[in-house]
Order: sequence, then structure tokens, then C-alpha cells
Amino acid sequence: MTMDTDEALARRLSDDLDSSFEALVLAHQDRLYTIANRFLGNAHDAEEAAQDALVRAYRAMAGYDTDRIRALQLRPWLATIVLNLCRNRLARAQGARGTLSLDREPPEGGAVREPAADPSAGPAASLDRREARRRWAELVVQLPPVYRAPVVLRHVDGLSYPELAIALDRPEGTVKAQVHRGLALLRTAFEASEHPEREEMTA
Amino acid sequence: MTTAPIDDAAIEAALGELSLTAPRGLAPDVLVEVGLADHYATTQSPIGTLYVAWNGRGVSTVSLAPGDADFESRHREQTSRKAFRASSLPPALAARIARRIAGDRRARVRVDLRGRSDFERDVLLKAAEIPHGEVRPYGWIAAEIGRPKAVRAVGTALGHNPVPLIVPCHRVVRTDGTIGHYSLGGSENKRAILAAEGFDPDAFERRSRAGAHYTGSRTTHIVCNPTCRHARRVMDKHRVWFRSLDAAADAGYRPCKVCRPASGAGAVAIPA
Repeated sequence: MTMDTDEALARRLSDDLDSSFEALVLAHQDRLYTIANRFLGNAHDAEEAAQDALVRAYRAMAGYDTDRIRALQLRPWLATIVLNLCRNRLARAQGARGTLSLDREPPEGGAVREPAADPSAGPAASLDRREARRRWAELVVQLPPVYRAPVVLRHVDGLSYPELAIALDRPEGTVKAQVHRGLALLRTAFEASEHPEREEMTA
Repeated sequence: MTTAPIDDAAIEAALGELSLTAPRGLAPDVLVEVGLADHYATTQSPIGTLYVAWNGRGVSTVSLAPGDADFESRHREQTSRKAFRASSLPPALAARIARRIAGDRRARVRVDLRGRSDFERDVLLKAAEIPHGEVRPYGWIAAEIGRPKAVRAVGTALGHNPVPLIVPCHRVVRTDGTIGHYSLGGSENKRAILAAEGFDPDAFERRSRAGAHYTGSRTTHIVCNPTCRHARRVMDKHRVWFRSLDAAADAGYRPCKVCRPASGAGAVAIPA
């Protein structure tokens, strides 16, 4: 999805919300689900958050005038909505538990199933890629939320830094720094998981 | 066995692999919740398998259909919306519908009447006020919504009731006192549903043919629709029947404030 088609979509939505909304759902459901899933680490919660985000987007636009809908930057706007819902979920879950658990044991039915990779690469390679995805997803979800959101939006969802600044409502310089810091944390965590014995020695 | 340190490009490439596909039900659920599509399921009823469609705004369709494909195409024709098959009605909704149909007026069932004209909406909402076990003539609805001459249009609006049983259009009968047509499978179903509500359609038609359209009490001098709950409490020895409200007024009876019998309704030529 390029910026151009999003602009065209915003124009269509401003002309006739009801007849164009399905196109928005189809164009953005995968990325909103991905953002929620990679942020929350739970498939069931992610589906609810993505669904809720799209419903809220519709209701918000239903109350906007034509110009306001046309001016929407759909990619960062929708990302903001889904991230806010994800953060609320985390806060509620932490409130319910009293503490933030580091071992994120997904509830029954919520475990994220990594999709099978391209089978033409051979079963061994396919298994490796699936395992790699599972592992990186686990590392991402263990990042502190303040770095997790920028890293997911920049490198999983592929937002530009200007879009990221809109989505997170922070200056571009700040989100850049947060992405870099997030990547550095990821690298440390990855290397620690590769060499658990070395971490023990230096601990 | 040390691995080479991983660089940012490799991490970014790994993160780029983390895209997922939304679960199949997500888009339909969103569209249904905002009312741009519907879910539907079947439920058993005394008059056969009922198809019920609903969305985030309320129940949108109740109908009898021979099969899913038939229902879906008819739903699309009537609403211009897609209908997605659900395995069953949401339990809370099913329970409210069942209570409502059984006559519990505290059971609230929201209905989606988008696409209906203001007039049709007025007619349907008025029909929804008729209590379980009672009937009113078309002319009563016309008078109640301030369109006393629109009796035929009331009949048409009820014939297009998208949510029969929930909006009980079966409780509206012809002004001449015959039971009349029913969109949900014909007049036999209408009689069966009314009978199940404790109303005797045969006795009602017999009395109507004899010209007994309104009933009153000699002790209170109040005149009612025959099925009004106050009218049904009148003892036989005090009961009096009227052909028209004018006749009742001439005899010194005032209309009941609960069932508000409408003048004009019933004042028609009684078929021989």
C-alpha cells in the first residue's frame, strides 16, 4: 500500500464513507493485526484490538466532515488507534495482575502461530525461517513498550519516520532515537539468547 | 562455536519477516459491527426454520427461507448488504428474542430499520407496542401515528416488515375484523402464532362477522378494542358489544385510555 492509494482511499471515504469503508478494512486489516500481534504477543487479543481499531476508525470518520476525512493520513492514523487500544489492554492486564510479568505465557488459544514459510525453499529452510520468526517475535514483545511501538511501526509495519512521528505524536528526532535504542536492545537480547553461558559469566 | 555479531541490517531484515495475515473473520466482524454487513443464523420456531440476520445496530431481518443461498440473495436485495453465515445466534441475543416473542416487554431487542421511510418506521414502532395476546386493526395504527386515512399504506408497510415476530405485525388484523395476510408464510402462520399467544382467531372473526368490533362495560361505560387487557377482564354479564365507536359514543361510552380504540376502524361495511 503506497501513500498514493491511501490518499485516493481517503478521498473516496470522504465522498461516501459507507460504500468505501470495506476497501479500507481490506487494505489495512493485515497491518493493523500485525502491529497488534507483535506488540501484544497474543493472537486473540490482537484480533480484538485490530477489530476494535477499525470499528473506532469508522465511528470517528462518521462524525468527521468531508475535509477532515480527506486530510487523514490513514497509515499513521490507524496505527495510533490500534496502538492506543493495545496499550490500554496491557495496562488493564497489568492492573489485573498487579505486576508486569516478564514471562509472557499466552492464555489458552492466544499463542501466536507463525505462518509457514515459502515451501519451495525446502522443508529445512522453511522450518528455520519459522523458528527465526518465532524467536524474533518473542524478543520484540519483550522490549519495553516505549521502544517496542516505534520498532514495530518502523521495521515490521514499514512506516517512514515522518509517519512514525505522527503515529506516536513525538518529534521525528525522538522516534528515530527510540527506534535505534530499540534495535540496540534487540541486538543485545538476541546475542544473549545465542550465548546464554556468556551472559551468566558476565552477570 | 561463536556466531558472528548480528548487524542492524540483519535485524531489520528479520523484523521485516514478521508480517502476518489477519484472521479470516476479522473483516466481516468489523463490517457487521458498524452495520455495513450482517451476520445470520437459523433458529427453530413453531412455524419452521427462521433465518435471523443482525449487525451492530440490531436485528435486521427475520424470514423463512428454503436455504442459505436463497436467504443471502434475498437479504442482499432488501438491504444491499452482504450477509455472513454464523454458526448460531449470539446466546444473549437469542435469549432476548425468545423472551420478547414470548411476550416479555422488558426484553429489549434492538432492530435495524435503516432504509425504511419515516412512515414505515412509525408504523413498525407502533405495531411493536401491541401487547402479546392482543390485536389491533390497521386503522388503529393509522390513527395512532396521525395518518388516519393511510390505512392501506399501513398494510403495505406491515407487509414489508423486515423483522416479523420481533415487530409483531401478526397482531395487526384487517379493519373488517378478519385476520388477514401475513408475510411470514401466509395467513395460516398468522393464525397459528396468534393462537399460540392465547388469542382465538376463529372466535374473533366470528364476532366481527356479526358486527361486534368493540366491547364495553356497563359498569364503567368504557369502550375498548376487544382484546384490550381491560376489556378481557369485563364480566360477561356486564359486557356489551358495539359495531362502531360512534354507536358506543351514542350509548354514552368513552374510549379506553389504554387501548385507545380509533374511530373509523371497524366502521366499515360488514361483509355478508
